[in-house]
Amino acid sequence: MRRSVRILGLAVGVVVALAAFAAGARAFTARAQQAQPVNAEVKIDNFSFGPASLTIAAGTTVTWINRDDIPHTVASEDKLFKSRVLDTDEKFSFTFAKPGTFGYFCSLHPKMTGKVVVQ
Amino acid sequence: MAKKVNDELLHDHNNDGIDRRGFLKCMAWAGTGALCVMQGGVLKSYSLSRMSDLGAAAATTGELSFVQISDSHMGFNKPANPDVAGTLKAAVDKINALSTPPQFLLHTGDISHLSKPEEFDNVDQILKGTGKEVYFVPGEHDVLNDDGAQFRERYAKGSKGAGWYSFDQKGVHFIGLVNVMNLKAGGLGTLGHEQLEWLEDDVKHLKHSTPIVVFAHIPLWSVYPEWGWGTEDSAQALAYLKKFGSVTVLNGHIHQIMQKVEGNVTFHTAASTAFPQPQPGKADSPGPMKVPAEQLRGILGITDVNYVRGQHALAVVDSSLA
Repeated sequence: MRRSVRILGLAVGVVVALAAFAAGARAFTARAQQAQPVNAEVKIDNFSFGPASLTIAAGTTVTWINRDDIPHTVASEDKLFKSRVLDTDEKFSFTFAKPGTFGYFCSLHPKMTGKVVVQ
Repeated sequence: MAKKVNDELLHDHNNDGIDRRGFLKCMAWAGTGALCVMQGGVLKSYSLSRMSDLGAAAATTGELSFVQISDSHMGFNKPANPDVAGTLKAAVDKINALSTPPQFLLHTGDISHLSKPEEFDNVDQILKGTGKEVYFVPGEHDVLNDDGAQFRERYAKGSKGAGWYSFDQKGVHFIGLVNVMNLKAGGLGTLGHEQLEWLEDDVKHLKHSTPIVVFAHIPLWSVYPEWGWGTEDSAQALAYLKKFGSVTVLNGHIHQIMQKVEGNVTFHTAASTAFPQPQPGKADSPGPMKVPAEQLRGILGITDVNYVRGQHALAVVDSSLA
């Protein structure tokens, strides 16, 4: 009789411990999701922006870096920002303060388009 | 290697003196340094490795001769061509060796690679070697950071708007157009309302028999829209030129030779003097194309154009730097 009670107690203890662990793990994941990067990067290569669509939190600075062997620019469709011409390995940064969807393109090769979604 | 092949007009279905099947066959050779001469609508084709081998030199002379060069990209220094100054100098040597010296040059843009003053200076210095006047239109690489202010100051003083202008030589009317400004996201080249209005007015009072030569950087016909190789409002421009018996459109931008004939209009794009680009759709993107070093000069080139009074079309002849 006593033995089964001890086993039961042990089982309950394990369950409680597991529950506590799971709760702690969920809290940890939630905190990780809230911790958005303050800096984000877009690589320009092969006549395209990568990623073509980037989602960030308001206040994030996006840096475009040209890895192509031909110059490109980064120009906002709404004339919010426009980089100087970027040769290979040159960068341009812009901080997105307000939420919204911001389309941009390369003014040298206008078929190259991308967007930044600010939440 | 330098075989001479004479193909005369065989099929004239449209009664316009142009054998399209023969023309297309000739165009397939053009990339390997062939010579297609069109005079009075009659097509003659020759395969050659050097301009001087062309026994029909006399057939290509006329009352007006000029050369088109394009896409010198001074300042470019990547593997596709680490010495664009050297290949531009080779183009100058080629020009100076022509049996009929040109009266002037047309440069259809992307003079510089990054719109830097020293890049423009360098091109000017090298082209002085021809001793000829050069008429320029800008490419998208020439109007960076300053909306084309530097380009206009150097090459288009007294022009209108973004730098368009016209002039006459030996009875031929030349029109330099700018289609690389105010490009929109996802768009093609664009001429814009103001320039189109100017063009309509510029040609309004010309006789229909006046030969017209239009030169602009991005092709004025739809070569490959996926890569931006076209001009969205060129149809309107061509409508203003419909009445003329001979219209030649000279473009650059795509770094390869392509031709198209549509009624009275001959469209021609020039090779670059700097680096080649892939044929439409043959690569992921239209960037500089690397070829074995010994093949490079065979793919770069100049275009020689001759006008004979009374003939319907101008003779357009491409030759490589090799």
